Amino acid sequence: MSQKQEEENPAEETGEEKQDTQEKEGILPERAEEAKLKAKYPSLGQKPGGSDFLMKRLQKGVRGIVSYPLSLEPKEVLRMKSVEQKYFDSGDYNMAKAKMKNKQLPSAGPDKNLVTGDHIPTPQDLPQRKSSLVTSKLAG
Amino acid sequence: FAGAGGGGCPWCFSQVKGAIDEDVAEADIISTVEFNYSGDLLATGDKGGRVVIFQREQENKSRPHSRGEYNVYSTFQSHEPEFDYLKSLEIEEKINKIRWLPQQNAAHFLLSTNDKTIKLWKISERDKRAEGYNLKDEDGRLRDPFRITALRVHVAFPMDLMVEASPRRIFANAHTYHINSISVNSDHETYLSADDLRINLWHLEITDRSFNIVDIKPANMEELTEVITAAEFHPHQCNVFVYSSSKGTIRLCDMRSSALCDRHSKFFEEPEDPSSRSFFSEIISSISDVKFSHSGRYMMTRDYLSVKVWDLNMESRPVETHQVHEYLRSKLCSLYENDCIFDKFECCWNGSDSAIMTGSYNNFFRMFDRDTRRDVTLEASRESSKPRASLKPRKVCTGGKRRKDEISVDSLDFNKKILHTAWHPVDNVIAVAATNNLYIFQDKIN
Repeated sequence: MSQKQEEENPAEETGEEKQDTQEKEGILPERAEEAKLKAKYPSLGQKPGGSDFLMKRLQKGVRGIVSYPLSLEPKEVLRMKSVEQKYFDSGDYNMAKAKMKNKQLPSAGPDKNLVTGDHIPTPQDLPQRKSSLVTSKLAG
Repeated sequence: FAGAGGGGCPWCFSQVKGAIDEDVAEADIISTVEFNYSGDLLATGDKGGRVVIFQREQENKSRPHSRGEYNVYSTFQSHEPEFDYLKSLEIEEKINKIRWLPQQNAAHFLLSTNDKTIKLWKISERDKRAEGYNLKDEDGRLRDPFRITALRVHVAFPMDLMVEASPRRIFANAHTYHINSISVNSDHETYLSADDLRINLWHLEITDRSFNIVDIKPANMEELTEVITAAEFHPHQCNVFVYSSSKGTIRLCDMRSSALCDRHSKFFEEPEDPSSRSFFSEIISSISDVKFSHSGRYMMTRDYLSVKVWDLNMESRPVETHQVHEYLRSKLCSLYENDCIFDKFECCWNGSDSAIMTGSYNNFFRMFDRDTRRDVTLEASRESSKPRASLKPRKVCTGGKRRKDEISVDSLDFNKKILHTAWHPVDNVIAVAATNNLYIFQDKIN
């Protein structure tokens, strides 16, 4: 756990010594952080790793009316809301998506010289699969 | 090799892909990086649902100092955003994982998945076109059969290489929750997909059925205490797989013992000192990634602050624990407030299993040499991006006195997180995803 510290100022404590000092003071860093958090959010639940976080994870992406248990802190409710409800319903979502698509559509690619419509296409006739609307900048 | 400390770091910059914009579009954020079995192909997936595949160039005799560079081979839109009307659920197009299939013919195959749907993609090359069909004109129009008076054999002409990607299988509607892992079995016929509560087994040829092999959903959701965070098949034993949980445990299952592997064969958990337990303990113990070693003897897990190596023969505790950024333990309160404590870092082995790598914040990534027990912190940045420039080891200062080259914990940029890294299966070449940029580093030649 302690990083090699021979190159550093010999007067500084090594990681191990530091930990001993902290233990002597009776405060582990994690506990000190916990105390800070509880000071900011006094009614934080006793069992944080339990249902609240997990339910948030399972509910990701769900739109619509979601009821939150009263035991959740306002901050937790806000965090859950930030990954969820943005649209009232699917119609609202589709309208927003349509607006986004209109902004993003670039000009169409070059036309192929193949004639279509008067014969049944075979796999060789089909144009190459349509490239993505906006190409990744990694490929640029 | 890790080269911690003086003497010159053996890793040097090779390439960087992606835009230099300050404003990063969300779609450009890289969400997965994976080398194929030979290392000749490197695939990336992003939040916009796109896959970009790079191919390694043949080594050039006139440029002996550089190993083959990776250049764009193919790019395609793998997944599109969807809306599930029945559940009022928005399904992101973000590619969560890409896994290559072992190559069996000239074409390459990979599986890519978003939260709900897995797709098998075939990437094939076409470098010839045919002319002189009997029944069709050159523009594709069918010829009137009565006008055809002679037979000819079509001739193949070379053409510019075209790389085509086509979806060959779509494995949909098998996951109620969000898919976090896919893993190809060593039998090359089946693969598993895991979501928060269930793991399914698929056959690569069959898309309308999959077998549920793990189900940890409680009868009453109020009793939910842990979720599945990652899963992987054993590299050689096709009946064995592992899955990790949000409580820091790993279960190894043997599909020979029963059809539904709800009862594990082995249970790996490190005993915790109850006196050191805090509000954050369970959150930071959640395993974000699990990877078998190439040998199949060990597995590695990544939790928020450390990487642990486990011997499959010993369930009671890991054989190695490597601290990634222990200095963050005294910052957990703010990391909880800005949600960084929920970041899911991945980890990877090198080809010989002698070293492991994982990412951190401030575009730092860490490498641990298991033989020499040395570790090094490196940075993916545009500043150290000159060709073949050696990477300088970084140091984070935790104490009061900061030396000249060190960076203090409070100056770390928590928006620059390296969640995804990959190591070439044979050579010392690594790919590091830094938000929207892909860095490729190699070890020094000469």
